[in-house]
Amino acid sequence: MSILNRKVFRELARMRGQVIAITLVMACGIMLYVSSRHTYISLLQSQESYYALYRFADVFAGVKRAPASTAEEIARIPGVSRVRTRIVMDVNLDVPGLDEPATGRLVSMPERRRPVLNDVAIQAGRYPAIGRPDEVIISEAFAEANGLTPGDRIGAVINGRQKALHVVGIGLSPEYVYEVQGTGSIFPDNLRFGVIWMARDALGAAFDMEGGFNDLSAALSSEASERDVIDRMDLVLEPYGSTGAYGRDSQISHRFLMDEIIGLSVSSNFTPAVFLGIAALLLHIVFSRMVRAQRDQIAIMKAFGYRNLTIGWHYLKFAFLAVSGGTLLGIVGGFLIGRPLTALYQDYYRFPDLVYALNFEVITLAALISVSAAFLGTLHALRSAMALPPAEAMRPDAPAHFRPLAMERLGVHRMLSPVWRMIFRNMERKPVKTVLSAFGIAMAVAILVMGRFTFDSIEYLIDYQFRTVQREDAAVVFAGPRPARARFELAHLPGVVRSEPYRAVPVRLRSGHRMKQTAINGLDPAGELRQLIDRDGRILPMPPEGIVLTRTLADLLAVREGDMVAVEVLEGSRMRGRLPVSLLVDELIGISAYMDNRALNRFLGEGTTISGAYLSVDPLQAEALYRTLKETPAVAGVAVREAVIKGFEDSIAESTSATTFTLTVFACIIACGMVYNGARIALAERNREMASLRVLGFTEREISVVLLGEQAIVTLMAIPIGFLIGWGLCYLAVDATAQELYRMPLVITGKTYGFAFLVVSAAAVVSAYLVHRQLRHLDMIGVLKIQE
Amino acid sequence: MAAEQAGPVYRANNDAAVQAAPVFRARNISKVYRMGEVDVSALRGVDLDLYAGELAVFLGASGSGKSTLLNILGGLDVPSGGQVFYREREMTGADESERTGFRRKSVGFVFQFYNLIPSLTALENVELVTEIAEHPMPAEDALQLVGLEPRMHHFPAQMSGGEQQRVAIARAIAKRPEVLLCDEPTGALDYATGKRVLEVIETVNSTLGTTTAVITHNVAIADMADRVIRLRSGEIFEVYANPVKKRPDELSW
Ligand SMILES: Nc1ncnc2c1ncn2[C@@H]1O[C@H](COP(=O)(O)OP(=O)(O)OP(=O)(O)O)[C@@H](O)[C@H]1O
Ligand SMILES: [Mg+2]
Repeated sequence: MSILNRKVFRELARMRGQVIAITLVMACGIMLYVSSRHTYISLLQSQESYYALYRFADVFAGVKRAPASTAEEIARIPGVSRVRTRIVMDVNLDVPGLDEPATGRLVSMPERRRPVLNDVAIQAGRYPAIGRPDEVIISEAFAEANGLTPGDRIGAVINGRQKALHVVGIGLSPEYVYEVQGTGSIFPDNLRFGVIWMARDALGAAFDMEGGFNDLSAALSSEASERDVIDRMDLVLEPYGSTGAYGRDSQISHRFLMDEIIGLSVSSNFTPAVFLGIAALLLHIVFSRMVRAQRDQIAIMKAFGYRNLTIGWHYLKFAFLAVSGGTLLGIVGGFLIGRPLTALYQDYYRFPDLVYALNFEVITLAALISVSAAFLGTLHALRSAMALPPAEAMRPDAPAHFRPLAMERLGVHRMLSPVWRMIFRNMERKPVKTVLSAFGIAMAVAILVMGRFTFDSIEYLIDYQFRTVQREDAAVVFAGPRPARARFELAHLPGVVRSEPYRAVPVRLRSGHRMKQTAINGLDPAGELRQLIDRDGRILPMPPEGIVLTRTLADLLAVREGDMVAVEVLEGSRMRGRLPVSLLVDELIGISAYMDNRALNRFLGEGTTISGAYLSVDPLQAEALYRTLKETPAVAGVAVREAVIKGFEDSIAESTSATTFTLTVFACIIACGMVYNGARIALAERNREMASLRVLGFTEREISVVLLGEQAIVTLMAIPIGFLIGWGLCYLAVDATAQELYRMPLVITGKTYGFAFLVVSAAAVVSAYLVHRQLRHLDMIGVLKIQE
Repeated sequence: MAAEQAGPVYRANNDAAVQAAPVFRARNISKVYRMGEVDVSALRGVDLDLYAGELAVFLGASGSGKSTLLNILGGLDVPSGGQVFYREREMTGADESERTGFRRKSVGFVFQFYNLIPSLTALENVELVTEIAEHPMPAEDALQLVGLEPRMHHFPAQMSGGEQQRVAIARAIAKRPEVLLCDEPTGALDYATGKRVLEVIETVNSTLGTTTAVITHNVAIADMADRVIRLRSGEIFEVYANPVKKRPDELSW
């Protein structure tokens, strides 16, 4: 081994504390990158192969009832390659061991062959036998949540009649990777909602659909225009009560999965970039100091004829070696933790089999990123090492130049002890170094804030959406529009404290070439269970005329208050009309539209008609009430708020706490790395000074105040800066992950700031202790003997 | 002393080395450091010849320009004006990489503060240079020359100042340089150790025939030189040859 390489290894071994810090920070960044990238690729590939293997459709449409011949008409539309018609019905279920009503989505399946589109992947059990209308396959998430296995029975109210269904298989479908009921509840509640596949004949007979269908899906050929196909499909299906054809991007499961995958793609680049920036910063601090300390060594090597490039390469090798361990650790660790992280998604995005494989491109890129971080981080040090004129460096370093600084000018120094004056003068003398160290610690604070922010945001979102906007305990959906008196029937049920009717109607809203499919929710203006809220949290009265849009929906349609939107009703009369936008409100979930229910009835040209009611429920009687509702044939579904919230929390909490935990650990490493390094460097640069102070009779404690006081001040300075940066990172994250289905509010609580403060302070104290221990071994004579 | 005389004064001189062709020829070199508003003239029109095999001692008060001159001769620095020739080659026009090549091939440096690499052992410090030299002597031999073979696996921190300086000399001579430039090699050493170091330098000069220049504050050391060059305020004001050259052990101060 060459002498210079020996120097590299020996010096790396001597500065192992710092090398470990760099290694760990680097490992964190690379680990995050490798794991989230692998998760991203895994989800993307799993999705692709799942969709292909189980023939996920491209276009979907629901109708009231259409004759089978319509399907042939659809198949003739240019661009349509395959068509599948089905009968799909939501019914109330009686699940053993479950008190609240559950909703089952019955989906028909051909009896003799596999479906041409939206096939079912059997996970356990078998396909229903021919001629056994009671045999069904149920969705995996629903089965797991309720502990159902093949051989179990569940009760279903099919067209008013109680029927027993016999579970023979557990299945998955690309249509329900993310298994939710629909626009009403967009968070999975696997206990109370499940998909049930059963023989078409059985369903057709039960719902008078023999020779007809109410659901259609189509696959498109590769050159087809989705927009054109949808338009022509609408024309064909219009007479049959179509609610409008839509593409994959409005298909709720696909939409959620895509949002998740895109979000992951963004964050898999964003967060690791922050970490690698920090690693580069750390390298910069360590190597600038190293080159400064080795001025004379560099000079002597140059005096003896070592070339600038040789010397540059020598220090670059340090950097590469210092990051290589972290990179390796990061790549291996990232690949290993990526698998369980990916498996976490499995809980609410169900795939028959999740592809997880080593991706060489990701690993190559990770290595490249760490090499670049090493190069960037040491660039300044390398340049100064190479530019150092040998004659210059041979002169002993001039005594550091101290001038009266801000402290003196302000006169504060008189209030400080000499020790604290030393501390402040040192910081003032090296402003760049002080700022960089503070910045590094601030980044640790910021990452902690970012990690906990997800909790805050979700908590706020739940509180805002489910306690301020939607205040009902349960929402009842009738099987179809009903006369207004149905409200009173509900109000008289035991346990109902308050009932407010609503009228919901599926519509397409258009403005110019922009179009959005949603529902208008007609609310009782005197009601209290649903509120219109603006962005400042004020409760607004329902305007008697016009349509109220959520800001997201208004943005999607590019309309403002006072503009007109074209409304196309996708139900009953299928009328078209125009409505003025009378108000914009702020909601965090979904894209909703509201109206005064009387205005909506007028617009639809109908008498007082309602689609369901929001209920406020006496908690003591809730259970009995829900059971009664479950057995009422006119009730198509009941959404219990607490259940919805719980479903939401369950689905998000696990993945959130995993990422928060990871980020917290990583932030601790960064904070420790930064503080420890700062103190180590201070010790190395000033050990003569420290030793001299000891010679003068200062105690160990006193000199550790000189040394660590600076770190303490830098840490304290860094914390508020970190709060600001953290806020900024959250802002960026919110912006990057804003989705149509829900938006994370930018809310950071004092608890989060406090948590970040505590963690970083603790990290600082631990690293200060480590350095303080080294002061004990300070060799006074040795330090003074060696010429600097 | 001939301090009053203006300009360089060459004493009569019968040393054989002086008659040989000069290794270094400096003509009218000047060096100006610009310190913000003020210019500091470290050298003002210095003419100098150093001859093959001679041992020259540079004397002068602090700040008189000794180090500046030696750094320029050794290719560590460039003059602001004038010309420097190393044998037939003009060094003044050389760029950084040519000067690096020159230092690598021809020059050995010894400095007041040893400048050893703390993370390398004595042997490795020497090998650091032999590794890139063209015809080096074995590093062990260089250490033997300075009498430090038994200590070759020790780190600088485990050696005394004098021992460290001897390692620095071993490092400087191991490549068999044509010139050895020593800037206050004994400046940080005590009397006995200083003499020991001077003996090593003298041995190298006499046995290897290396052209040697030694900077010192110490007038007594001048007695071991073939020639003494005295500087004052950036000018050479006296050059004389020692009629009798003393051995380092005969010196006293
Ligand atoms: N890099 C520099 N910048 C500014 N002035 C310098 C620089 N190097 C040397 N000088 C000035 O040039 C003059 C000569 O310096 P030089 O180091 O050559 O003196 P010296 O004779 O070696 O002194 P000493 O015996 O103290 O080492 C001094 O006045 C010094 O201040
Ligand atoms: Mg000098």
